[in-house]
Amino acid sequence: MSRSLHLPTRLAWKVWQRNRDVFFKTYLVNFLPPFIEPLLYLLALGYGLGMFVGEIDGVPYASFIAPALLAISMMNSSFFECTYSSFVRMYYQKAYDAMVATPLSIEDVIAGELLWGATRSLIYASSMLVVLVAFGVVSLPSSLLVVPFSFLAGLLFSCIAMCFTAVSPSIDTLNYPSFLFITPMFLFSGTFFPISVLPGPVQAFATAALPLAQVVTVTRSLTLASISPPIFFYSLAWIAAVCTVLSLVSIRLMRRRLVV
Amino acid sequence: MHGGQEKVGMGAGEESTRHPIVQARDLVKLYGDLRAVDTVSFAVMPGEVFGFLGPNGAGKTTTLRMIQCVSPPTSGALSVFGMDVRDHPAEIKRWLGVVPQETNLDPDFTCRENLLVYARYFDIPAREARERAETLLGFMQLSEKADVPIEGLSGGMKRRLILARALVNNPRLLVLDEPTIGLDPQARHLMWEKLKALQSLGNTILLTTHYLEEAERLCDRLVIMDAGRILVEGRPADLVGSYAGDEIVEAESSPHVLACLKEMGCRFEVHGDMVQAFSDRPRDVARRILETCNAGRVFVRRGTLEDVFLGLTGRELRE
Repeated sequence: MSRSLHLPTRLAWKVWQRNRDVFFKTYLVNFLPPFIEPLLYLLALGYGLGMFVGEIDGVPYASFIAPALLAISMMNSSFFECTYSSFVRMYYQKAYDAMVATPLSIEDVIAGELLWGATRSLIYASSMLVVLVAFGVVSLPSSLLVVPFSFLAGLLFSCIAMCFTAVSPSIDTLNYPSFLFITPMFLFSGTFFPISVLPGPVQAFATAALPLAQVVTVTRSLTLASISPPIFFYSLAWIAAVCTVLSLVSIRLMRRRLVV
Repeated sequence: MHGGQEKVGMGAGEESTRHPIVQARDLVKLYGDLRAVDTVSFAVMPGEVFGFLGPNGAGKTTTLRMIQCVSPPTSGALSVFGMDVRDHPAEIKRWLGVVPQETNLDPDFTCRENLLVYARYFDIPAREARERAETLLGFMQLSEKADVPIEGLSGGMKRRLILARALVNNPRLLVLDEPTIGLDPQARHLMWEKLKALQSLGNTILLTTHYLEEAERLCDRLVIMDAGRILVEGRPADLVGSYAGDEIVEAESSPHVLACLKEMGCRFEVHGDMVQAFSDRPRDVARRILETCNAGRVFVRRGTLEDVFLGLTGRELRE
């Protein structure tokens, strides 16, 4: 039946604009974290811990973790936007109900939310990149490619987040993916030490399947200006494929939840 | 209200009077085994104010949600502006103004911003949206609050802003789900005044309400629903006339009075310590009770929609 095929339209950008407007209303609060956070990590880990670590694979420790800080920021800014913030808009503010009473469909609303999550990732990663460039821990000009890439990575984590939001009975149950999925990924995706030091099976799993591991691989290749084609393109293709599938799945799950 | 008024309506004149704005035939909505809406049929004509009354769980909101194209019907036909709700949701919603039961204004914005952001969802150009926002804030007596965030509004102001928001796209049909819910009498009267004004401009309005006085004042025609079905349909005055009688006799209930009523062959109902008697000659009945039945207080009052409602749906509590 043709009626069951629902895809977002250009109206999704109306939802994106709404979120953008809110974001820039409180831009001072919103723009502070991406500048402060990398500063703290760089000082504490890059230079503090880095004193003892020295180099990893011939790279100074601060330069090793710089791309990881970018990748983590892409993950956090988009994942938490499309879990807790989206849940608040959907469940407490009834914003989605208000939007679907207009020509917007639920597909437009969710697509707009996903695009905004991706945009947040771009804004945060780009701001952070400025700080990292100032510290001289990323290579130029290849690092500039992090800007467009952060949108794609943000879309990935937005889609993952929206799937959890769509099936979460309450805002508290969103703590499960945050602590059981995001936190371990934050630590074991080649962020602060190479994946190669992990035990064999864990290493294989992380390399093949962890979303953040793919994002760290691509970002690190760009900031260190050293691309190893098979791994780089595997990660890029992985991200694109999972984005495509999960964007459709998350929209489908949301329709099932909200259109009754 | 003055001068700007013609901008607030939607002009029923565009619609040919022969074609209903909303038409439902054998409409059904199932939630699992629950028949939330059970084979209902009705038609709403242009310029009408049409009410849905009924106890909680009667299926009023579900019916409105299907009309708004946000809840797909299980079976039956439902068309709005002559278009099937399943095939043309975006086209239909373009011309709808919706006031939901729950206040869902955007708390991140001020009053004016709420209207502007909402106008954008309808693809209304920014300049036109700004003009409409000012007109509507004025019409709803919210101009002074234009730059106030939502949390700074009273309950009545929030409901008025929601009505303003529902008008931002010049709708051809207004759908109001309990528009005056939780308002104090002053705020409710102001809301009624605004709805009356919209009505006199020829707007077509659907509304649900638990306030029967509100339905009696506003609705040209209404249905009373219970358990997903339509029990009766008609003009409020006609319904009162045929189901409750224009006047109702009320007396303090005592065995003597009840015996009298039985003797007169009068239909009556006992509620607590009062008895209500229905008759086509209410004044005679009242006089006879007073003169011959040793009654305490007796009075005749006008029949209301509430009598019709309670008579049809019973007095049992619905939760």
